[in-house]
Amino acid sequence: MVVTVNGREREVAAGSAVADLVTELVGSADGRGVAVALNGEVLPRSAWSTTQINAGDRLEVLTATQGG
Amino acid sequence: MDDRFELGGVTFTSRLILGTGGAHSLAALEQAIRNSGTEMVTVALRRVDAAGPSGLMEVLQRCGVRVLPNTAGCFTATEAVKLAHLAREAFETDWIKLEVIGDDRTLLPDAVELLAAAEQLVDDGFTVLPYTNDDPVLARRLADVGCAAVMPAGAPIGSGLGINNPHHIQLIRQAVDIPVILDAGIGTASDAALAMELGCDAVLLASAVTRAADPAAMATAMRHAVIAGRLAAGAGRIPRRHHALPSTPDEGRPDL
Repeated sequence: MVVTVNGREREVAAGSAVADLVTELVGSADGRGVAVALNGEVLPRSAWSTTQINAGDRLEVLTATQGG
Repeated sequence: MDDRFELGGVTFTSRLILGTGGAHSLAALEQAIRNSGTEMVTVALRRVDAAGPSGLMEVLQRCGVRVLPNTAGCFTATEAVKLAHLAREAFETDWIKLEVIGDDRTLLPDAVELLAAAEQLVDDGFTVLPYTNDDPVLARRLADVGCAAVMPAGAPIGSGLGINNPHHIQLIRQAVDIPVILDAGIGTASDAALAMELGCDAVLLASAVTRAADPAAMATAMRHAVIAGRLAAGAGRIPRRHHALPSTPDEGRPDL
């Protein structure tokens, strides 16, 4: 199924949880320095593994970067 | 000298907060953090695919510094509040350097959106450190809604112009009972010392160190500048005079 991740369309396996996507993008799902917004709402880290991704979802996966 | 700095219920020894933006490598950043003596550094949140080289969090952990996330790049209160909540998830901290920018060219704060975001985030339980204009009235309003400090700009972000309106920084110091942290505009060590002499409680800077030709050396300079400025502020400077006042006695001069 197709979802939008960080502004780009991406193919994600049906039944994937948000935690699976984070692991794929960041390399681990411990979540340190990583935050996720699902369809414009903050998704707490504690809900990553129990939240399934649905077709058409819009996700923002953010990470720590240098900034003043 | 025991001169602790209380901010948001936390006691700091260093009065220098370092922004991590602009460093050309993580190794350079790490050396700058160590030389600066800072105990807290700012970080930003960006999309994973656009983010720079990973390993930033590991560097910060090695240095043992607190992380102060920012809301850089937000133009509205709604955006900034949402990004602050994401930062809370990412960094497990209620502290936020609140930036709500009014325009791309000056990167100066949008006062209306800033105040609205600050009020919301205080309600949501955040320790709010707003990057604000050098406006004493706005500073008072930010203090009134419960911000933990105010962080007026000396000059636009990254400009290195120093402190454009020292008088307003002094007025802000008199207008609020919370810490005043000079944020943005610092170009070199004398600017940081001046901020402290004007009565600021701390200085936040990034580019002045990270974009200096030798960031490690400038970080050391900033560490000393903040200490020197703080000491001078407490030492009571001499009044300015129009004419000279001899420091050697006139009396007993030989007739030659």
